Amino acid sequence: MDAEPPPRVRVTGPHTERTRRGPRPSVASEIDAQSDLGAIYVSGLLRAQMRLALRTLLGLGLTIGILPLVFHLAPGLGKHHLLGMPVPWVVLAFACYPVLVLLAWRYVRAAERHEAEFVAVVERPGVERW
Amino acid sequence: MNIGYGIGAVVVVSVATLTIGTWGLRFSRTTSDFFVASRSVRPGLNAGAISGEYLSGASFLGVGALVLAFGGEMLWYPVGWTAGYLVLLVFVAAPLRRSGAYTLPDFAEARLASQRVRSLSSVLVVVIGWLYLLPQFQGAGTALRTVTGMSPWGGSLVVAAVVLANVLAGGMRSITFVQVFQYWLKLTALLVPLAFLVIVWLSDGGRSPAAADLVVDGLNGTDWANPLAIAGDHPLYTTYSLMLATFAGTMGLPHVVVRYYTNRDGRAARKTTLIVLVLLGLFYVLPPVYGALGRLYAPDLVGSGADNVVLELPQRMIGGVGGDLLTALLTAGAFAAFLATSSGLTIAVAGVLSQDVTSRRLDGVAAFRVAAVIAVLVPLAASFAARDVAVATVVGLAFAMAAATFAPLLVLGIWWRGLTAAGAASGMLVGGALTGFAVVDNLVSDRDAGWWASLIAQPAAWAVPTSVAVMVLVSRFTRPPSSSHVNRFLVRLHTPEGVALDRT
Repeated sequence: MDAEPPPRVRVTGPHTERTRRGPRPSVASEIDAQSDLGAIYVSGLLRAQMRLALRTLLGLGLTIGILPLVFHLAPGLGKHHLLGMPVPWVVLAFACYPVLVLLAWRYVRAAERHEAEFVAVVERPGVERW
Repeated sequence: MNIGYGIGAVVVVSVATLTIGTWGLRFSRTTSDFFVASRSVRPGLNAGAISGEYLSGASFLGVGALVLAFGGEMLWYPVGWTAGYLVLLVFVAAPLRRSGAYTLPDFAEARLASQRVRSLSSVLVVVIGWLYLLPQFQGAGTALRTVTGMSPWGGSLVVAAVVLANVLAGGMRSITFVQVFQYWLKLTALLVPLAFLVIVWLSDGGRSPAAADLVVDGLNGTDWANPLAIAGDHPLYTTYSLMLATFAGTMGLPHVVVRYYTNRDGRAARKTTLIVLVLLGLFYVLPPVYGALGRLYAPDLVGSGADNVVLELPQRMIGGVGGDLLTALLTAGAFAAFLATSSGLTIAVAGVLSQDVTSRRLDGVAAFRVAAVIAVLVPLAASFAARDVAVATVVGLAFAMAAATFAPLLVLGIWWRGLTAAGAASGMLVGGALTGFAVVDNLVSDRDAGWWASLIAQPAAWAVPTSVAVMVLVSRFTRPPSSSHVNRFLVRLHTPEGVALDRT
């Protein structure tokens, strides 16, 4: 048998639409287009930030907001001295301010963490389209 | 005291303010520079400017005077004025910056797409701004009379002239540098004399101003130190109402809000607010100490001129050239306090006036300059005409009005999709009318006892909830503007700048 070998055939992968498509639309453009997907991302962020704000406000209420009630219910507090001052003075004139800064600092850290997580999800690069 | 020192201090502060203002002018050329410093102010500088602008004569001279006269009850004021920034931070700071609006009326219009709400907000900005400017001019007049012998209207005129010169010269950008300078000047001017006064007090034996056997003007030390006892018949109501006014009112003050647009982005706005809380905390521990020392060294001032206690202590406790020099430093700080707050308010009021009124006839910078002149002249004229009222009282009412109008607009507008133009307008009208009524009643009649007096003196506790309720109820019954507009706007407010949104 002196048959010729069959002609060479170029073998390629299965032909699909896939390669011709543009990049996957980013979540940012989904948000711009007001798609359901975008709405879910944004309302998730909004709820997280709102809960954080209310938690911080609660912290303010339980530290400084509660003081008038404490002084009202425990009028004898003024007779006790700390660092040479009546206790309510130590609290109101000095101790309140570090508490406020601490609450604010914790809030800023948490709010930025929420936003960083949101950015990480939204800008996640190179995810295959399903 | 030697009047020359007081006059010298005033001249030095005025010249320094104008010099820094003119230096800033080199960078300030376009309308955008005038308004928002082209949005390029770093958080540290911006926080210094906000604090410098915020700490008014009511803080510098008023808190010490109130503590001397009324004691522990008055400590709630500085605490509330500081805590207001925490509430502003969690609800407003970053979203407000991201809204891209410059003034409160801009925000109202962008959120609610309504020209009417915009006009109403403009009117309220001007009313609150003038309500706040009036006592600044009056207080400056009184303080300058004490240290320079000038007539009270002369002092008001000097402050007004320096403010106007500065605002006309450079607008917001030069104001930034000026106010950063003024914050540090105010802090130094309280801190340095206080260090000397405390040394004198300690070497005198360090007696407690709250000692039970120390009776001043019929008030023993224990009662004086009590944080709930003296002012009004209903201290618990008064204190909580004051808290609400200051906590919520800060975010609605036009001269504070306007500075948020100068931040680079939402994150910078948060960082700025955090630094503001530190700077205010540093400052506010000082004035009450003056009041407390005054009880030991200047008890005769309690009945009459408690207003002057901060300026008078160095001469009473130290005297001589040293006392005069320290008083001159305090005078410089007080004058800076009046200047800074007045400048900030003038910018805010002029910004609104020029956008909504004068820009119809003039263009850009000229419109702003004409508006600035109007913004200063009206409250200056009113300060000559009005009867003398306590700086802290009028400032407190301005806070209550801001808390009952702009605070609900901002919080609901930023966090609740359902707010409608009709709802916002009716809420602000009701809140403005209720607190406006309280303002007029306070200025006209003098009540001292009973529930009615307490309710009118501290209107926030009933006016703010009423305004919020009206806003929510009316919004429920009216149709929202196109929901896609609201959604887009809220998305823009809460999405970090790192995300490449279409932000047009």
